[in-house]
Amino acid sequence: MARVFSRLFDLTPSLLALIAALLISAVLLVVLQVNPIDAYSALAQGAFGNENATAETLVKAIPILFVAIGICVAFRAGMTNIGGEGQMIMGAVAGTAAALALPDAPGIVVVSVSLLMGFVAGALYGGIAGLLKAYFNVNEILTTIMLNQVAVQVMNFLLNGPLLDPTEAGANHIPKTARIAEQAELGRLYFTLPESVGQLFGDTDLFGKTRLHIGLVLAVIIAIVIYVLLWRTIIGYRIRAVGENERASRYAGIRVKHYMLLSMLLAGGMAGLGGVVQVLGLTYRLQTDGSTSGFTANAGFNGIVAALFGGLNPLGAIPASILFGGLLVGAQKMQREVGVSASLITALNGVIVIFVVSSQTFVQARARSRLMQKPVPTPSSTSLSQGDTV
Amino acid sequence: MSDILTASVFASTLRLATPYLFASLGEMFGQRSGVLNLGVDGIMLMGAFGAFYTVLITQNLILGVLVALIIGALLGLVTAFISVTLKAEQGISGIGMYLFGLGMSELLFQKLIGTPKSISGFPPISLPILSDLPILGEIFFRHNILVYLAFALVPISAYILRSTTWGLMIRAVGQNPTAADAMGVSVTRVRYATVTIGGMLSGLAGASLSIALLNVFQQNLTSGLGFIAVALVYFGRWQPWGVMLGAVLFSFVQALQLQISAIGIDVPDEFAAMSPYVITIIALVFASKQAEKPTALTKPFVRGDS
Repeated sequence: MARVFSRLFDLTPSLLALIAALLISAVLLVVLQVNPIDAYSALAQGAFGNENATAETLVKAIPILFVAIGICVAFRAGMTNIGGEGQMIMGAVAGTAAALALPDAPGIVVVSVSLLMGFVAGALYGGIAGLLKAYFNVNEILTTIMLNQVAVQVMNFLLNGPLLDPTEAGANHIPKTARIAEQAELGRLYFTLPESVGQLFGDTDLFGKTRLHIGLVLAVIIAIVIYVLLWRTIIGYRIRAVGENERASRYAGIRVKHYMLLSMLLAGGMAGLGGVVQVLGLTYRLQTDGSTSGFTANAGFNGIVAALFGGLNPLGAIPASILFGGLLVGAQKMQREVGVSASLITALNGVIVIFVVSSQTFVQARARSRLMQKPVPTPSSTSLSQGDTV
Repeated sequence: MSDILTASVFASTLRLATPYLFASLGEMFGQRSGVLNLGVDGIMLMGAFGAFYTVLITQNLILGVLVALIIGALLGLVTAFISVTLKAEQGISGIGMYLFGLGMSELLFQKLIGTPKSISGFPPISLPILSDLPILGEIFFRHNILVYLAFALVPISAYILRSTTWGLMIRAVGQNPTAADAMGVSVTRVRYATVTIGGMLSGLAGASLSIALLNVFQQNLTSGLGFIAVALVYFGRWQPWGVMLGAVLFSFVQALQLQISAIGIDVPDEFAAMSPYVITIIALVFASKQAEKPTALTKPFVRGDS
């Protein structure tokens, strides 16, 4: 029995972190004289209460998932990539510029080129930090954070000048690009329900009137691809080996620097895709309010939270991203109904990060102590990578 | 050129350096003992809010500083608990603390204050005689008390690190925790102390923004200043005087930037705004060949692990 509990515990550090964070927030809400049950029920309704709310949650989850997939790769290689924000922006800028440069090309061409440019720009931007870490031993956390700020300014410069929507010229213009051509848009995503099921809802097109777009399908496919890359290919094995034990990897003949850089290229590329998909699928133009999160809405940070929550496994990141998308969308309703600022979710995310990171150490320590008790370890207890257990 | 390099530019350089100095010196103590606290920005935001709210309610500036110190100490203790006791990955847990401070300070601001307000913060103190010196008086001797305090902390920190038993313990724990432990120094206690002090100084750094330099509070008031403070510790090679040099250079660039836009030289704002970050990255590259870096930085101490 004890063993069952201990297995369960291994599977659920993330959920425990979520529950603990929600409890802490509940205490805080009580202190602020808000009924936490009212707040959380508004949160849940706002996130999943009806068809449109659920669709908005999924829409919100898409960029988070793209960033999270990349974070899984980077963190697995031991690269603490905090640069999702900047990489996402660079991807969006390059992808949008490509789409605007090809106004008359057929849809398949312009979408492919645009996505590719988004990936490449994000990858190169992530690659800067990867290169500096691998070959100059510069702390990648600090460089990625600085590069986030640089990216915001690059975007602001381009949106106020070279990429400014021609119809917006003038002193008080809104910093935004022209609208991309219609054939460059990613289509809406909806599901046609069977007649009998549809009658229950009074509508046979699930998500038919919402903003949900096929970026979601793209993100899920890429999550599966990256999962396979990480756990079923030699490249993925080496990426994880470098992250688990750099020195042992070097002795084993793995080109450590090469894989550090590669992981940052991939991570940046994923975030870049997230940026361009946001434009092609949702906003149809690149637009910002000038603030640091004006375009990304903090997806670069929330992607880190989702990746950690999903056990640094791209497949785990899928439900995690939907969860955090839901929290963000639901928080709007919570703000309206009980008057608690939506920034509660930012604080909550911080607490979740802390709990997940702390509990992972705890899980590893437990695994290690079990290892010491049992001289002949079973394969499952030797595996210290949480990703396999989510 | 004389339009740009005025005495007021140098004076505002010293003022702008204040939050960096507090935060970086605090962070330096933590790093010298082997703990990287990346949550500085979040702690600063909480300290800034706490000080601002206290002053808004009570008009008592000293009380505002005390509140910022207490908030910083509490969050520093939490950081120490996470990094030292729970041995969590320091880079990532620091981001958690940052997000917590970012969200929480905004939440409290919305709930308790709501609309943007300003307060009258620490007034400049003109030192007798010295402040009447031509040029030098304006540059050095007409600042608020937190500016003087921040610069006074530099030699104090250098003295503590170099010449006291306590400083020796900090350095030992950061360089070789196993040996320090064998000599009977409590690695845990030293790290708790440095990280808590670092938290207090981060809180004070926040207060120096909200009740001395800007006298307002708004969402994300620091806009990443705390991260630059962490980078400055690398830049300053873990030495108080090096950190000061970094902080002053950095704020000089900022002061220059303000001056250039004030006298109407046409450089796109965005380039001016990104320059501090680009400079930080370049500085980090040059600072990366350090032998001075504490060997045990970011490595939790486990007795018996070598």
